[in-house]
Amino acid sequence: MATFGVIVFPGSNCDHDAYHAMKHVMNCDVKFLWHKDTDLAGIDFLIVPGGFSYGDYLRSGAIARFSPIMQEVVKFAEKGGPVMGICNGFQILLEAHLIPGAMMHNQKLRHVCKDIYMRCETTDSLYTSGLEKGQIFNIPVSHGEGNFFISDDGLKSLQDNDQVLFRYCDANGDLTEESNFNGSIDSIAGITNTGRNVLGMMPHPERAMEKILGSEDGKPIFESILNSLSVA
Amino acid sequence: MYKAKVNVTLRPSILDPKGKAAHHALQNLGLNQVSKVRIGKFIELDVEADSESAAKEIVESACSKLLANEVMEDFEIEIE
Repeated sequence: MATFGVIVFPGSNCDHDAYHAMKHVMNCDVKFLWHKDTDLAGIDFLIVPGGFSYGDYLRSGAIARFSPIMQEVVKFAEKGGPVMGICNGFQILLEAHLIPGAMMHNQKLRHVCKDIYMRCETTDSLYTSGLEKGQIFNIPVSHGEGNFFISDDGLKSLQDNDQVLFRYCDANGDLTEESNFNGSIDSIAGITNTGRNVLGMMPHPERAMEKILGSEDGKPIFESILNSLSVA
Repeated sequence: MYKAKVNVTLRPSILDPKGKAAHHALQNLGLNQVSKVRIGKFIELDVEADSESAAKEIVESACSKLLANEVMEDFEIEIE
């Protein structure tokens, strides 16, 4: 059985959501890892959770990227270890250059906290292998800087290499200007690296795990991860 | 000791939502002569170095490693 590690930075606030999702909904072994830890022994899967690490000073994720544990996370990812960055975690992984691109302020400048729809764009990753291409998820977002940006060349290479895992869409699965609420380039909600072991996504699947809390659309993503880890 | 002044600006090709909002507010104030607003960051650093060029090198490294994100930002350094 895989052991999950959830990294805790000063200012993380979705660390407990991620812990709860993995421990009590998915029944997995989970450990919190403090940002000053440097030992990832026994960890099979890393979650970099959402929040406001280091108060989002300078740029979201810019300071967290240099915390002691992130040096180990980079090594772990470079060896092919799976790393999932959610929201602020996505921003940290971008700053750490584990995935390409950058985050800008939402186009309309507001922090957006609501349930949105996103669409699975490829099943070619350990995160999405158990999903269906085109499958629609109703999942919460909560961010002020989720406006994904990348150069034209960078975008082309993301598309050519099938690295876009999720796009914002409407309830019917169509990509519209309105459904792309934060102004992300190409409606991008989540991408993977070329090695396909690192995922960055702005929506919060770990907050959509139980019907009683609104949606359990996040669950298939974690089921997909567990399946991929068990056959790996 | 040298004083470094750093300007971090969004690359020209990148839409600046904050600048756009400020521009809109200026228009509401009747300052229609302002045709464009771009918002960046100004950072001051005190640097211990033996020479101006050494100080500049240190600040350049600080900018490219941390202070600016070169995916979307440019930086300019002034040493005094």
